[in-house]
Amino acid sequence: MSFLEVCDIEKHFGATQVLKNISFSLEQGSALAIIGSSGSGKTTLLRCLNFLETPDQGRIILNGEVLFDAADPAVRKKKEIRKKRLHFGLVFQSFNLFPQYTALKNVTLAKELLARERPDYKANRKEIHKEIEEQARALLCRMGLEDRMMNYPQQLSGGQQQRVSIARALAIEPDILCFDEPTSALDPELTGEVLKVIRELKNTDSTLIVVTHEMQFARDVSDQVLFMADGVIEEMGTPEQVFGHPKSPKTQAFLQKSTEDLHG
Amino acid sequence: MTFFEQFPIVIQALNEGFLQTLKLFAVTLIGALPLGLLISLCSISSFKPLRWLTRTVIWMVRGTPLMLQLMVIYFFPGLILNNPIWGSDETGRFWASAVAFIFNYACYFSEIYRGGIEGVPRGQQEAGEVLGMTRSQIFFKVTLLQMIKRVVPPMSNEIITLVKDTSLARIISLQEIIWAGSSFMKGSYGISGQIWPLFFTGLYYLAFSGLLTLLLNRIEKKLSYFHA
Repeated sequence: MSFLEVCDIEKHFGATQVLKNISFSLEQGSALAIIGSSGSGKTTLLRCLNFLETPDQGRIILNGEVLFDAADPAVRKKKEIRKKRLHFGLVFQSFNLFPQYTALKNVTLAKELLARERPDYKANRKEIHKEIEEQARALLCRMGLEDRMMNYPQQLSGGQQQRVSIARALAIEPDILCFDEPTSALDPELTGEVLKVIRELKNTDSTLIVVTHEMQFARDVSDQVLFMADGVIEEMGTPEQVFGHPKSPKTQAFLQKSTEDLHG
Repeated sequence: MTFFEQFPIVIQALNEGFLQTLKLFAVTLIGALPLGLLISLCSISSFKPLRWLTRTVIWMVRGTPLMLQLMVIYFFPGLILNNPIWGSDETGRFWASAVAFIFNYACYFSEIYRGGIEGVPRGQQEAGEVLGMTRSQIFFKVTLLQMIKRVVPPMSNEIITLVKDTSLARIISLQEIIWAGSSFMKGSYGISGQIWPLFFTGLYYLAFSGLLTLLLNRIEKKLSYFHA
């Protein structure tokens, strides 16, 4: 059994079916790129994995543990979900940093709140906070933001904000880190710095799922590519297969179009 | 009595009246600021009956004159229910006024809060959720301060209005500053037929609302360190 197993996910918004029969698996330490045109269901799929949407059907199994099963009402409980979603981290297209906190506090906040649930919190409060802050500083340094820790989001460029939000997602040590079009809201000259950080994560054996419009990046960084069209997985395979020898006419048309756009 | 003899007497009476005005103002704020938040949370509750009940109450409170509400709250228990819960002295009138004002202003505040809460981008809540925060942690650690920042300008408006609205309590004879000023027309402390004390109360309101404006601007400035 693979690290992540997604089985038969279906999702409707009202009468519209946005995800049909989504099944795929992912090995630990590998990177999955999800590509496809707008409205194909990529983002909804990612949101389902992060419990921001509840699938109508299907199962999500991580490391043998059933995180979600539409047939079992017990796993839908709010409290259960809160713990389970910690397996996944999500980096948003629009960063969604907390504007009232510094970069550092953005990274430490969730971890500090989680630490309150530890039985030894009261006794070791000071040490725990120190440890969390050190970890956050290390993460921000890894993102190349050592001199930006005390800045508020508004004082940072888009690329810097996105790197803070990657650090924030990493702070809770998720098993799988998801990116929802992490560079779509950035000026072209700022996408490089964010993509570089994601590439570096790939080299540290993190398990990644990246929804992206950057075809070259998807090709370089991923071990597996998933092309979605109209809510179904139209094609899936290694980057060589999907980009080099696409089988489905829809994939061919999509790739054709994105290369044309690229070369204007 | 010459004007210069009247003046200290009048000022003394106006000061006493203004103290009552300030007391009503402060008690209303202390009560209505948190109550308004509670009402606003009820008005966006996902439990429909609570939401509709709350919105109906808000409609009734905002849809009728505060002056009428003051009279209903003050007279209804005694005259209709034969159970005068408010004493007929100044203390009784004060607490009846306080209840009417707190409830009325809480309803107005709740709508401002609701706008502030709904104005915080959905992504903020989602960011908190994916980081494993509970609903109340998201509200208190993420949403609340952004909401406060958004509501300070419209709240300032309401708070300035409240300063002057306290004069409505005169309808149940609360001895606030307008009551004190107008008492010199009929006769009080040996002065009668004088309207200038009533007009003079305007200066008290002006001075106090000027002070409040400065204070509220400072709060706004304090929160300007971030964009929300």
